[in-house]
Amino acid sequence: MTMSDDTPMKNVNHVEKHRHADLSFLEKRIGKPTIVLAGNPNVGKSILFNELSGMNVEVSNYPGTTVEIIKGHYGDYEVYDTPGIYGVSSFNDEEIVARDIILEADLVINVVDATHLERDLFLTQQLIDMGKKVVVLLNFMDEVKKHDIRIDIKKLSDFLGVEIQPVVAVKRTGFENLPDAIKRAHEGIQRDELHSLLHGMLKMVGSQAEALLVLEGDAVVSARHGVSPANERDEIYIERRNRVNYIVNQILNDTSTATRFSEKLGLWAVRPISGLLIFVLGMYLAYLFVGKFVAQDIVNFTEQELGKNLWEPWIRGRIISLLPESPWWNSILVGEFGVITMTTTYLLFLLLPLVIAFYLVLSLMEDSGYLPRLATMVDRLLSGLGLNGRAVIPLILGFGCVTSATITTRLLSSEREKTIATAILQFAIPCSAQLAVIAALLAGAGFAPMFVYTVVILAVLISIGTILNKVLKGESAPLLLDLPPMRLPRLRNVVRKTAIRTFHFMKEASGWFFVGALAVGIAQSTGALQFLERMLIPLTTHWLQLPPEAATAFIMGVVRRDFGAAGLYHMTLTPMQVTVALITITLFVPCIASLIVMMKERGLKEGLIIWIGTWVAAFAIGGLVSQIVI
Amino acid sequence: MTPPKHTIPLFSSTAGQWLKIISMPRGVLHAQFVRVGIGEGEKVRCLERLPGGTIIIQKNRQQIAIGHQLARKIIVLVLGDGEK
Repeated sequence: MTMSDDTPMKNVNHVEKHRHADLSFLEKRIGKPTIVLAGNPNVGKSILFNELSGMNVEVSNYPGTTVEIIKGHYGDYEVYDTPGIYGVSSFNDEEIVARDIILEADLVINVVDATHLERDLFLTQQLIDMGKKVVVLLNFMDEVKKHDIRIDIKKLSDFLGVEIQPVVAVKRTGFENLPDAIKRAHEGIQRDELHSLLHGMLKMVGSQAEALLVLEGDAVVSARHGVSPANERDEIYIERRNRVNYIVNQILNDTSTATRFSEKLGLWAVRPISGLLIFVLGMYLAYLFVGKFVAQDIVNFTEQELGKNLWEPWIRGRIISLLPESPWWNSILVGEFGVITMTTTYLLFLLLPLVIAFYLVLSLMEDSGYLPRLATMVDRLLSGLGLNGRAVIPLILGFGCVTSATITTRLLSSEREKTIATAILQFAIPCSAQLAVIAALLAGAGFAPMFVYTVVILAVLISIGTILNKVLKGESAPLLLDLPPMRLPRLRNVVRKTAIRTFHFMKEASGWFFVGALAVGIAQSTGALQFLERMLIPLTTHWLQLPPEAATAFIMGVVRRDFGAAGLYHMTLTPMQVTVALITITLFVPCIASLIVMMKERGLKEGLIIWIGTWVAAFAIGGLVSQIVI
Repeated sequence: MTPPKHTIPLFSSTAGQWLKIISMPRGVLHAQFVRVGIGEGEKVRCLERLPGGTIIIQKNRQQIAIGHQLARKIIVLVLGDGEK
């Protein structure tokens, strides 16, 4: 340890009321003081947020990110929840959003995992260094007791110079003292050296919080003040780390050496053999829930009964009675593939249940601590494709809905990784709408077709990643992942996450499904679709060696991916023709909504290249397989 | 029995070894390591080495997964029995 500051230092109050006109949307609020909840991931912030704000919350999306901001009210305060972060800086979207909210806070409630003090107190000390009023909630005190860890809370409070409240969030114990702690909240204690550094910078930027971030080299905050970012981050971070380590050494007595069951489970989850078993078991359970229960039982009911039998006839009747008779309008709006009829049924009665189910599974995997371990297990495999373990999230999500997965690629750290993941999703991952039909057709076709299909699709997936990894400039970010303890997920959190994610996906993507359907409807009415079909027929019959109607199935795949595969149902095909048709349709263009979302995410040029690439690859590879096996 | 001290890339460590971190890449990654409590001079334990070289290190109750490319760039000193 290099610390020399044995005694807590004097506290100095800073002027903290400095505001700017052109900052974030938070600036638009008037008057009300804000409490911001901050903490590392999985420390129990959400429970506290629910406790403070009750049910009356507003959720919004931070501009340009998938990060949601949750706002509630507590007494005279506005309360903001922030994404879990390890420090205030701008290394990723979550941090940028958290940083901007914390900058505007009048009071920060910092939730700390008492069993991970060394990690968590870095953020605590940084918040204190920012000059914020801080209340620390020491969570998981039950686990601390259970494992015979001793924490001298009084001494910790003296060192940090802020209020500390021990709690067990899941049992809601310790919350009763929170209102008093909030009233008593005050600024904490910084190192003397940092203090004088801050004073120098304070003259140039006005608020201590921003002065600290400028010193730590935050480019965005520096630009807001027209100063150049300082180069002190390494030193400030190391000194802060040393101080935290010193404090933890003084106040913590953790002699328990017993390995907990959750730790063992965590290790089993990353080891190759046990990890694979856990993965297969988990995926099987997920399949029973998503693939069987939701995709078949629920969707059969919602799509057929609610969609086709109730909604479509009803709305068709309404529209026809309102609009003057015109075959043109009718077919585009309320025809078989009408924008109002089909797209609504598709979105609400097919996609919505599936997306909810997939996000539910994802949230469970995340909150249990399994997801980071899965990412760790597959990191080496994915690194060959130019991705790191984190990319497992969009790739898994792709089996649900490629459109939502394409949006989720935003969580990857570099543009190159986003491009690779998007390309893999658009080429080689069949979404759930297709998957059911593909599985049914392959099951009927026998082992050999299933084998050929799987090998070819996997080979394409690996080739795309490998080639792009070679061709694209730059380097992918390596994996550096904190593995939180395995914990039983909290149902309420899982449900809330699922609801928020589903809502944002529907909000962001549904519009594009309508636009896509409209485009296809127009193409159909003008004969463009039929023209395209005729163009594809020679290719389909000669090169792919499939019946001419297969071309219709391929084109319908543009409208909705499952239509394409479903169209093959009614054709008489040999098992190997089924294989070729399914390979072609899997690789072939993604649905029009995911195309539009991809262009929005990756830009017109890149989107078009990937799109055209899927046309070429589908027919080239499908034909090649056909020439070999048929 | 105390084996002789030697430095190796973290990539080459094996599960169960106690290690002292000697050097790591600078920049954003360094900052991220320091935030979660891993820095030069810290003693950590190699909890697991997965095939391909993804390493999980443990410090107190904290576990951190490190990709193989990064693990090659971190130099550690293998500690003997008495130095944990």
